[in-house]
Amino acid sequence: MSTELLIAVIITLIGASTPILIAALGELVVEKSGVLNLGVEGMMLIGAVVAFAVTFATGNHWLAILCAAIAGSASSMIFAFLTLTLSANQVATGLALTIFGTGFSALFGQAYTGKPIELFRSVFPAELATHPVWRLVFGHSPLVYFSLIMVVAVWFFLKKTRTGLILRAVGENDLSAHSIGYSVVLTRYAAVAFGGAMAGIAGSCFPLLLTPQWAERLTAGRGWIALALVVFAAWRPFRLLAGAYLFGLVMTIELYTKASGSTGFLPSEFWAALPYIATIVVLVLISLRRSGQSAAPACLGKPFMPAQ
Amino acid sequence: MTLITRRNVLRIGAAGLALPFAGSLAFGQDGPLKIGFVNVGPKDDNGWTFGHWTGAKALEAEFGDKVEITFVESVPEGPDCERVLRELAQQGNKIIFATSFGFGDYVIKVAREFPDVIFEHATGYQRSDNVGTYNARFHEGRAVMGTLAGHLSQTNNIGYIGSFPIPEVVMGINAFTLAARKINPEITVNVVWLSSWHDPAKEADAARALIDQGADILVQHTDGPAALQVAEERGIIGGFGQGADMSAFAPKSHLSAIIDVWAPHYIQVVKDVQAGTWVSDDSWPGIAAGEVVIGAYNEKIPADVVAAAEAVKLGIADGSLNPFTGPILDNAGTERVPAGQIVDDAGLWAMDWYVEGVKA
Repeated sequence: MSTELLIAVIITLIGASTPILIAALGELVVEKSGVLNLGVEGMMLIGAVVAFAVTFATGNHWLAILCAAIAGSASSMIFAFLTLTLSANQVATGLALTIFGTGFSALFGQAYTGKPIELFRSVFPAELATHPVWRLVFGHSPLVYFSLIMVVAVWFFLKKTRTGLILRAVGENDLSAHSIGYSVVLTRYAAVAFGGAMAGIAGSCFPLLLTPQWAERLTAGRGWIALALVVFAAWRPFRLLAGAYLFGLVMTIELYTKASGSTGFLPSEFWAALPYIATIVVLVLISLRRSGQSAAPACLGKPFMPAQ
Repeated sequence: MTLITRRNVLRIGAAGLALPFAGSLAFGQDGPLKIGFVNVGPKDDNGWTFGHWTGAKALEAEFGDKVEITFVESVPEGPDCERVLRELAQQGNKIIFATSFGFGDYVIKVAREFPDVIFEHATGYQRSDNVGTYNARFHEGRAVMGTLAGHLSQTNNIGYIGSFPIPEVVMGINAFTLAARKINPEITVNVVWLSSWHDPAKEADAARALIDQGADILVQHTDGPAALQVAEERGIIGGFGQGADMSAFAPKSHLSAIIDVWAPHYIQVVKDVQAGTWVSDDSWPGIAAGEVVIGAYNEKIPADVVAAAEAVKLGIADGSLNPFTGPILDNAGTERVPAGQIVDDAGLWAMDWYVEGVKA
């Protein structure tokens, strides 16, 4: 494999991984606060259609990403109101949010099918990215750099800040956090809003980074991969980064191997099955490493009901 | 025409509730002929369902207020389509077109309950007394696209993005490759299977993978324009519209398109039903009947290449040229079709092998 091709593979795999990574980072924070929001796919679709509409109307990609974040966040507030204020079942409400997002984006997007927009390309001067190796550093869309910055930011927030500690406390033991005076519901509202914004931005990656069009169900199930990835990464941001790129790698390698016209000594069905095989292998490896306690936040998915 | 989308989907539910009362009233009335369409995608999908929507509009243009059309969008291939089919039949639709392969089993099931309703199933293979099937010979269009690619490719490497390895897709790949290699025997066609009809991000990544490894022409047998957009961005020679003209997405790279035109079949079915001469059969016309139409050629294509493509199109239309004329070798080197013979329709529908030059 030539250097050029290797770099092309890496650039494609980074593109494929970025929306999953952004959405999963948002969901990681939500779950750390003890809330399970299965509406990621729906919020991503809402973000995708809003980003497309804003780009189509204004041509301003930054504004499109901002609006996608606001739209994702706003839709997550429906979920938050139902589950946090009214204590509705989180699993059912999250699924409903996905169904709502799918339908809403299809309805809102009808006016935009069949229309092209411009991709959100690298903002660095083109001269910086002429050499293939420099392309790897400077050749990406701002969305890619955003995703990497957010990995560090989320890690720093959860591990090194007081607010992050409160959020984790709320997720691990809501009653204790409540009894020492922290507002469980407000903290969770904030976490869900952040997760919604990240899912919206993840959705904006589809028309801005991957394929500059709007079509119904544009995200084609990537939101569910993001949800699985959070578990896969045991709720740790850097492991999430590795997991997202591993998923991107197996998805991309499959396409590049088939496109090369030779599948090596293995049948092409092997490459198609590889993402699933990789998932099982990694899950087995994780469960072999007994750390004595489950990595999941203790209050994940449980409604907060303090004694009256 | 009534368009049923997610927006007004509640209305069909309400209509279903009112049916026990409305049904008896509608009986025996001499109103317009009611026709229903059940579709897997939205009418704005730029491809498959858009083609059927255009066909439904042509029916309205042809028959005016003698027909009343209900067009249901985005019906999943599964138990839900059975409900939609049944509701359309209960509402007094006398002809129901089900336009996706996966509706087949449910069409047969519902048709048994409504023997006086005529069902037409696109791309299907199961028929009964009141169920007919219809399709179009898209592979004839693929042969024209292959002729263009054979002339235009400089790297001799063509990327083909496939959905599922079913006979319809395989015969398209083979017709394309045979036509391309007739012009340029050096050509190879690399196929990437996606296991999906609709995953634009994956289609785009497959296009990137093919172009990064030397493909300068892309063909897709999935429903959207994602691959064409990547072709435009990378500045390769080009690609083709699938099902409809997609030049809006890739003005420089859109070489031509295979356009689905269902109007002739739909008009014929309605005329047959009105005359009482409809019988269940399998309709499979192509370029000659005007059901498979070749789109406009990109202005960058040299005139002699356009002429060569037009010659293939006209040859297929007048029957002097069959895209599957022997000798045909498969990609393992075995002779599948001897010289002078052709592949008959049964052979096409059983096609599970690739011609020489295909890497899949």
